[in-house]
Amino acid sequence: MNLHEYQSKQLLENYGLPTAKSVVAFSLEEVTNLVKDLNGSEFVAKVQVHAGGRGKLGGVKITKDINEIKKFAQDWLGKKFVNHQTGEEGKPVSAIMIAESTNIKTEFYLGAVIDRSSQSLVVMASPEGGMDIEKVAEESPDKIFKINIKNEQKEEFDINPLVNGLGLSSNQTLEFKKIVDGLVNLFFQKDLSLIEINPLVIDQNDSLKCLDAKINIDENALFRQEDLLKLRDYSQENQKEIEAAKWDLNYVALDGNIGCMVNGAGLAMATMDIIKLSGGFPANFLDVGGTVDKERVAEAFKIILSDENVKSVLINIFGGIVRCDVVASGIVSAVSEVGVDIPVIVRLKGNNSEEAKQILAESDLNIISADDLSSAAELAVKNSK
Amino acid sequence: MSILIDKNTNVICQGFTGSQGTLHCSQAIDYGTNILGGVTPGKGGQTHLDLPVFNSVQDAKIATDANASIIFVPAKFCKPSIMEAIKSGIELIICITEGIPTLDMLEIRELADREGVRIIGPNCPGVITPGECKLGIMPGFIHSPGKVGIVSRSGTLTYEAVDQTTKVGLGQSTCVGIGGDPLPGTSFIDVLELFEEDSQTEGIVMVGEIGGSAEEEAAEYIKHNVSKPVVGYIAGVSAPPGKRMGHAGAIISGGKGTAEDKFSALENAGVRTVKSPSEIGKTILEEISS
Repeated sequence: MNLHEYQSKQLLENYGLPTAKSVVAFSLEEVTNLVKDLNGSEFVAKVQVHAGGRGKLGGVKITKDINEIKKFAQDWLGKKFVNHQTGEEGKPVSAIMIAESTNIKTEFYLGAVIDRSSQSLVVMASPEGGMDIEKVAEESPDKIFKINIKNEQKEEFDINPLVNGLGLSSNQTLEFKKIVDGLVNLFFQKDLSLIEINPLVIDQNDSLKCLDAKINIDENALFRQEDLLKLRDYSQENQKEIEAAKWDLNYVALDGNIGCMVNGAGLAMATMDIIKLSGGFPANFLDVGGTVDKERVAEAFKIILSDENVKSVLINIFGGIVRCDVVASGIVSAVSEVGVDIPVIVRLKGNNSEEAKQILAESDLNIISADDLSSAAELAVKNSK
Repeated sequence: MSILIDKNTNVICQGFTGSQGTLHCSQAIDYGTNILGGVTPGKGGQTHLDLPVFNSVQDAKIATDANASIIFVPAKFCKPSIMEAIKSGIELIICITEGIPTLDMLEIRELADREGVRIIGPNCPGVITPGECKLGIMPGFIHSPGKVGIVSRSGTLTYEAVDQTTKVGLGQSTCVGIGGDPLPGTSFIDVLELFEEDSQTEGIVMVGEIGGSAEEEAAEYIKHNVSKPVVGYIAGVSAPPGKRMGHAGAIISGGKGTAEDKFSALENAGVRTVKSPSEIGKTILEEISS
């Protein structure tokens, strides 16, 4: 789950990390009222969307003129922010964050993520702040400094490699230690999966300040992070994916024209791969999970068919515990109930697959049964053209 | 021989009386697995599937002397359940449950490593040594005792590899689902090491997927330490970056963890790769026969 910048900033503040003073406005009226609370001669206004690259598209405005901020808010509120990260449907802008501008002497990067290989939290810092950190990692990996923190070391760890890497003064080192301590506490207490402060800056008073923050939260831990769950902004997420999640279906929209319905995440990815290998394009990833009954298949069909690009559907089920004939009956009734009028290619493997084939053959619906994965994919591709 | 489990493995189940525990334990018992009892706090003293139910793993361990536990406990209760199993002297823990927070696994792994306990999973189909012991949710009937060791991050994709190796007449020594989470209890390398040492295993099928660098690390390990033929497949060539593909661990982030990188790491290590999962069976047959 992702947070908005203003929500991330609030979390940083809760954990004692220094930020620039700011307000969040959800309407033009609020902009006018809240800006009065800010001091200083210059302001930074930013659209609040779950996407990067805001500056490049005019989603960030730095100005001394309050009227410019009002105009910025008027231009953006209620509009959609569209770039390569959001896809063509874009993300709605319903909030603007306005902060006091900071005079920046130096920009750093500070981030933390779970490192799978070392099974620890890795905290990274770089003097190349404000830039795309992935680019820094690729072009000058020696400019990224890391420390690994095991769960049992989270109360006490050595930040010297980071301090030396950034070349901080002794005062800044004290401030930096507080920032890293807060960041590590925040990570462990709030079940984060990623935090990035980019940039972390040295301001005109030679103090450290966090000017932008990106936070992702481990979805699996949301059951114990109720306060964070309340911050979820569904308007920033794919509506089909939200609908699918209600039925415990794992769905990811793609831009092809062959709908996929598969049990198991690995097999679902492999099915997409085989479609591509056969010269076609998958319209989605969809894992129906362990229970493949009529209701779930019907819901899966509804979601797949709500994508109007879909020209054929490939169902690939490896019936482990469930019997294939039961799955086949479920598919037949779901197809007739939902009213599917495009070709449905079905490959069922496992217990009672012969009976299943017969059930599919005897239905007078547009269902084609296939023997193996390759021929199923070829049929799906042929029927999508 | 086989790896991890065999006909002498004595098993208890945590989450025994729940619907998943009940379904899969009865199938395991039918398969011939030595399930000796189960643990459901508050139901100690009862009988379930004609077997004793205990309040704690410790009680179960004392009464049955089990050395393995299979876990079907809901995700939010898994951390204490796994910790309890580790502290009670269980040597092998197989956790089927999906959805355990990553930070819980971080803590669990530290304790397990310290105590020398092996955890398989979570978010996995389990482990099976065909004809001897089934500890998981896989369909037993597609397996046959044989020569191929299978290790995989995916469930149903493992079944594809199993089905094909059965059909070409090779069969399997042991099949291990290491699970689709970012921090699995057991890695590809751990399982590859066991297969390399196992006399029954003549060839290895490794099924990976996008996300992380476990396959790249495994490739490096294979290059220097595995003499047996390995066939590799990676799912997710067509997956878009930045999107989680069902499994918590299956995500390409920051340009890292792509299927292309993993395929080329495996190929550079001398692993025979297949671009379609339907070619796994015949390819491992060629490799073992040559």
